[in-house]
Amino acid sequence: MVKKLFGRKLGMTQHFLEEGKSVPVTVLKIGPCVVTQKKTVEKEGYNAIQVGYEPKKESRVNKPLRGHFRAAGERYFAHLNEIRIDDPETFELGQEIKSDIFNVNDIVHVIGISKGRGFSGVMKRWGFSGGMKTHGSRSHRIPGSIGCSATPGRVQKGKKLPGRMGCHRVTIKNLKVVGVRPEMDVVLVRGAVPGSSNGLIEISKV
Amino acid sequence: MNIIETLEKEQMRVDIPAFGPGDTVKVHARIREGQKERIQVFQGVVIRKRKGTTGASFTVRKISYGIGVERIFPLHSPLIDKIEVVTRGRVRRARLYYLRNLRGKAARIKEKRY
Repeated sequence: MVKKLFGRKLGMTQHFLEEGKSVPVTVLKIGPCVVTQKKTVEKEGYNAIQVGYEPKKESRVNKPLRGHFRAAGERYFAHLNEIRIDDPETFELGQEIKSDIFNVNDIVHVIGISKGRGFSGVMKRWGFSGGMKTHGSRSHRIPGSIGCSATPGRVQKGKKLPGRMGCHRVTIKNLKVVGVRPEMDVVLVRGAVPGSSNGLIEISKV
Repeated sequence: MNIIETLEKEQMRVDIPAFGPGDTVKVHARIREGQKERIQVFQGVVIRKRKGTTGASFTVRKISYGIGVERIFPLHSPLIDKIEVVTRGRVRRARLYYLRNLRGKAARIKEKRY
């Protein structure tokens, strides 16, 4: 049983449920993921299948990878990922896994790369409240004091300071599946998902 | 076509009549009370229509026992049984918020003449 698949976030919209409620949904384009390699305890030391998704031209694939894809049925993909499973023998090379492994009302976890926000200050990055805006204050968005004086004479490790924000791997847990359209390779999940539209995502059943 | 547009189109209703701000409409809304479902009719003047695909909505205003009541309906909601256009009104703007400050005779809207 595969519980995890890969794809892209297409964007958000609004969806009416059967009882008439309107909910915000994210549209996820899933695979279709094609099995390109089976990994077993005897050979690789663990059980898994490798899947490829988003087809690519043969001429755009480098030679070592071309050999790898040839062994798996002459289909070339832009992305390769592994899915850990207990029974890799039950899968065939070249077998397609589509979005119909998900059902409506399933609870899923979705992983994406969050939007990069560059070098940001403490108010945006850590939610500090900043200084006063008026009354002669000149400390509008600065962090304020970042430590003590001669003891310890240094800034504590892990102090929240300005820096690079975003572009992290972020997991959103317990999203509900609102709709599945295997013919379009689409899954609709309730709520937001990390990353920009067209960003790569992983979706897994709990 | 774009997948999101396709999905939105599937959800949109095609049985909704054309109406606009200034029109008086009867909205038959489905209401669920416990297990029973009944239909409530809300009649009033459309004071605004918001464009959009699945997110489109419109606001209906009526005077109920001397108190102004406004209700916002999602245009494509499955909870709307049907919409009837009672009269077409002649108005010169798209948002009739000025009706909120008018009462009685002044809040009437002239009927459209063809």
